[in-house]
Formats: sequence, C-alpha cells, structure tokens
Amino acid sequence: MSLYLLCLILFLIGIYCLLVKKNLVKKIIGFGIAEYAVNLFFILLGYRAGGEAPILDKHEALTNIVDPLPQALILTSIVIGLGVTALMVAIVLRIYDKYRTFDINEIKKLKG
Amino acid sequence: MLALFVIIPLGCAFLVPVVSKIRSGTERLLAVFCGVSLLWLSLSSFFWFEGGRIIYSVGGWKAPFGICMVLDGLSALMLLVVNLIGCTAIIYSLDYIKKYTAPQLYYTLFCLLLAGLNGVVISGDLFNLFVFLEITSIASYALVAFGAGSEELEAAFKYLVLGSLASTLILLSIGILYGSVSTLNMADIALSLSASQASNITMFCLALFIMGFGLKVALVPFHAWLPDAHPAAPAPMSAMLSGVVIKTIGAYALMRVVFNIIGVNAAVLGIFVWLGIISMSAGVLLAIGQWDFKRLLAYHSISQIGYVIFAIGLGTPLGLIGGLFHLFNHSLFKSLLFLNAGAVDYSCETRQLDKLGGLSRKMPITAATSLVASLSIAGIPPFCGFFSKLLIIIAAFQAGNIIGGFVCVIVGMVTLASFLKVQKYAFSRKVEGIIGEVKEAPVLMLIAMVFLAGLCVIAGLFSVPLIKNIISPAAAVLMEGTRYAIGILGA
Repeated sequence: MSLYLLCLILFLIGIYCLLVKKNLVKKIIGFGIAEYAVNLFFILLGYRAGGEAPILDKHEALTNIVDPLPQALILTSIVIGLGVTALMVAIVLRIYDKYRTFDINEIKKLKG
Repeated sequence: MLALFVIIPLGCAFLVPVVSKIRSGTERLLAVFCGVSLLWLSLSSFFWFEGGRIIYSVGGWKAPFGICMVLDGLSALMLLVVNLIGCTAIIYSLDYIKKYTAPQLYYTLFCLLLAGLNGVVISGDLFNLFVFLEITSIASYALVAFGAGSEELEAAFKYLVLGSLASTLILLSIGILYGSVSTLNMADIALSLSASQASNITMFCLALFIMGFGLKVALVPFHAWLPDAHPAAPAPMSAMLSGVVIKTIGAYALMRVVFNIIGVNAAVLGIFVWLGIISMSAGVLLAIGQWDFKRLLAYHSISQIGYVIFAIGLGTPLGLIGGLFHLFNHSLFKSLLFLNAGAVDYSCETRQLDKLGGLSRKMPITAATSLVASLSIAGIPPFCGFFSKLLIIIAAFQAGNIIGGFVCVIVGMVTLASFLKVQKYAFSRKVEGIIGEVKEAPVLMLIAMVFLAGLCVIAGLFSVPLIKNIISPAAAVLMEGTRYAIGILGA
C-alpha cells in the first residue's frame, strides 16, 4: 500500500511541477516525473511479491506469477512519452530562439 | 475492411516523405488519394453494419483476449465526420499550404492525424484507444506549431502541456480501471462493472476521465489552450481541430466511456448539463469581443461544443439525437468558417476584422460561403444549424430543464450578433485603400468551401432523412448503455 502512496506522491510532484513552475525546462521535467509515476503505477499493478515469469511449462503449474500485460502496456507508454518529450524539447528550443528566454512570464504574445 | 481505416492513412503518412524525395509533387496526389479513399470507405461503411455492428479481431484473437475494432452506428457517424472534413481539408491544403515550407511534412502529419482519429473511433480496446488518442494529439501539437512563428510556438507549447496532462490523467484512469477489473477490452470492462455494484474506484476513474477528456474537448474550466491553439494552426488544420479533433478525441471518447463502459447515472448527466451550460455561455461571451477572425471562431467552438455536451447530458433520446446532429452540423459549418478565415488570411494577409472590409465584392465566393456558414451557426432556417438547435431546445424543455433551454435560446441570439459583426466588418462594410489589390482565393480552396457550403444547405433541407438514417443509429448505441457489451462479446 505504501508503495502506491509513494507513487501517488511522485505523480502529484510531477503535476505540481508541470503546472506551477515558470521555467519551460522545469515544466518538461515535471511532465517526465508525472509520466514515470503513471508508468510505475502500472508496473506495481502487475507486481506480485516473489512472483515468477509467466512462462507456461508442461510439467509444473504456475501459482504465483507476475502479470505481464501492464509491462507490455508500459513499453508502449514509454515510447509515447518519448515522442511527447522530444516534441516538447524541440518546441522549447524554437521558443528560446525566438524569445531568448525560458521564463513563461516573458513569453506572452497571446492573450484574451 | 475495418482495419483499412487505419492502414490507409498510416501507410500514406509513411509513404509521403518517401515519394516526395523521389519526385516532388507526388505527395499531393498521395494525400488526395488518402482523403478520397477514406471518404468513400466511410460512406460505404453505412451499408456494412446495417443497424447491428461488425467486429474485426486484430490478428484473429477473439474479443476479450485480443484487440478488437468495432463499427457501430456511433462509430460510423464519427468516421463520416472525420473523413468528410479530412478530405475537404486536404483538397483545401493543396493550394493553401504553398505559402509554408516543407509541404511533405505537413501531409505526413495530416495523414498521421487521420490515422489517429479513425483509430480512436473504431477502437474497441481502452488502451488501444489511448494509443490512437496520443497519435492524434502528437500530430496535432506538431501541426499547431507548423508555422514556427513565435505565436504558433507559444500556442503549441500551451496546448502540448495541457494536452499531455490530459493524456496522463486518462492513462492513470485506465490503469486504475485495469487494476479493478483486470481487462482492457471495453465490452469486457462494461460487463464486469455492470455485474458489480458501483464502487468508489469507478467513480474516481470517471472523475479522471471527465477531467482528461474535458481538457481535450475544452469545456470551460479546461478551455484555456483552445483559443490560442486553434487560430495558430494553418487554416485547414484549424478546421480539422475545431471541426473534428475536439469532437473525436474529446466528445466521442467521453461519450463512449461514460455511456457504454462505465454506465450513466444522474450525477454524471448533471455534470454534463452544467459543464455544457457554462461552456456555451462563457464561450459566446468571450467570442463577441474578439477582433481576430480565427480567435473569434475558436471561442465559438467552445460555445458550440457546450451545446453538444449539454444535449448529451440531458440523457433523453431526443437530447442525444439533437446533440449528435449538432456535432455533425458543427463540424460542417465551423470547418467552413475556418476555411473562409484562411482564404481571407491568404488573400489579405491579415485576420483582424477591423482592418478588413468590403471583401464581398473582391472575394464573392468566399463571402457567399461564409454567409451560409454564419447563418448556419447562428441557427437561421433552413440552414443546418437551425434544426439541431431546435431539437436541443425542445429536448431541454421536454426534460424539464427550463434554465438550460433559455440559455440555449439566448446563446443562439448572441451567436447571431457576433456573426453579424463578422459579416459587417469583413465582408459588407465599405472601406478605401488597403484592399485594392485583393484577389479571390485559388480555385481548389474555393472548391472545398463551396462543397462544405452545399453540404450545410443539404443537411438543413434533408435533415429528417439524415436524422433517421445516420443520427438515430448513433443515438441508439448510446441509449443501449452498457448492454453494448453483450453485442460484442455475445457475437
């Protein structure tokens, strides 16, 4: 249970960082933390203490196995996260080229 | 056949940069092929399922274990919306995108966007829906930033941060749901959830889904990104974003999850009704003060999607039909308005309404089509917006929601006022000087606009057969609620 709680705290730290920090690079880091917290949550869902790899064997029945599906999902999710992070970094670099700053208070041509 | 909806655009997205290396110009042909073939497929899909549903199991693994794709009334309606606007936007892009560099990348992203949208609509697996949703989102973030000016980048970053936050919330919710029912197939989840009592876990997932998809739909407390992101994109992409993307990855996914997987209750419907009322009134009030043509339209998107969510929230059959019909109509006229704004931008190189004027003589076709679209969105008979708004208002009074009904009527009037402003300032007012050199937009852009204007009129005149044959089967899917599962797993 405490593992899930720590995972939730990690997620909240990420969301806080994503929403509150003024620096664009810190926002990206915050997104990374939130993303990893969700991935960790999936892995925890499938985890069994002392579990084995779920490989079917003819001779013995498996009693305590780790759920493999969340791991497969997380591989996909990590790749998606990579794509989003790469896009974020690319856009932030271009923003830096235009505005010469990472501070979100100085990047406000759009309003209303 | 069903997998073709994803295979064709995904294949084209891959081939576009390859063939454009071999011979430049072929990427345009490929994009048109992609758009037209998808439109043809989505039209013919209405004849495939005949009131029932067809299921395609990917790789031959049967439903609860493998990933399945499902075509039913609601999916067919959304496929039609996606591919109709997608095809028109591609044809419009052929001329419009010439002013940008690297058109082959634009077409690649556009095909990728179509693949994601079609995938979201036909997916029968919750995680698969998430993956397609992310494909759509990533393509649209990149397309918003496509101009690479300082404003586009700023808007794209705002959209990217809020969009990825929404995706994270949705993924978290999927994770919790998987933890509680141990399956990801949408029908199987619905079956397990309806077998047991509604628990706090389900309610928490529902709250996360409403937050996540609400951010993607841009309902009012979550709307901050939309008025920046939609105007910043190239015009055909704005048309896709407002006309299709917020509806597919927002409204459609929300409806599917809430109605068919988790199952509705009075509390959720109440949330929808109030989110809808707040969105439609706040959106229109913010819109009327805008002077940027596309920004004004973007605020109207918030307002009109508020109508859809409000009508869905009524929960009655008439409300659902009205909401889905309005969703269909809104995709037609809002896309048309964004294409008009793009044509004005293309010819006059400004979108500020107070700097424009007298365009009805210089750009007669753009002016005429924008008049059709403005009258449609304002709800003037016989154009299409009138009938769907009428249905929503009748449904509101029938369901005993008097406040909502009155808000709908008043918002309709304010919408009319703000589009009179657009027509007056941009098209009919007489001004001297600045617009002397303006020419009508290129021919392919005109074809796309006239096509959509024609559809606006047709959807208005033939609204009864349209509702009977296309909208009602979609509303029926939502009405059957979690019994949706039996249709898929029983087959």
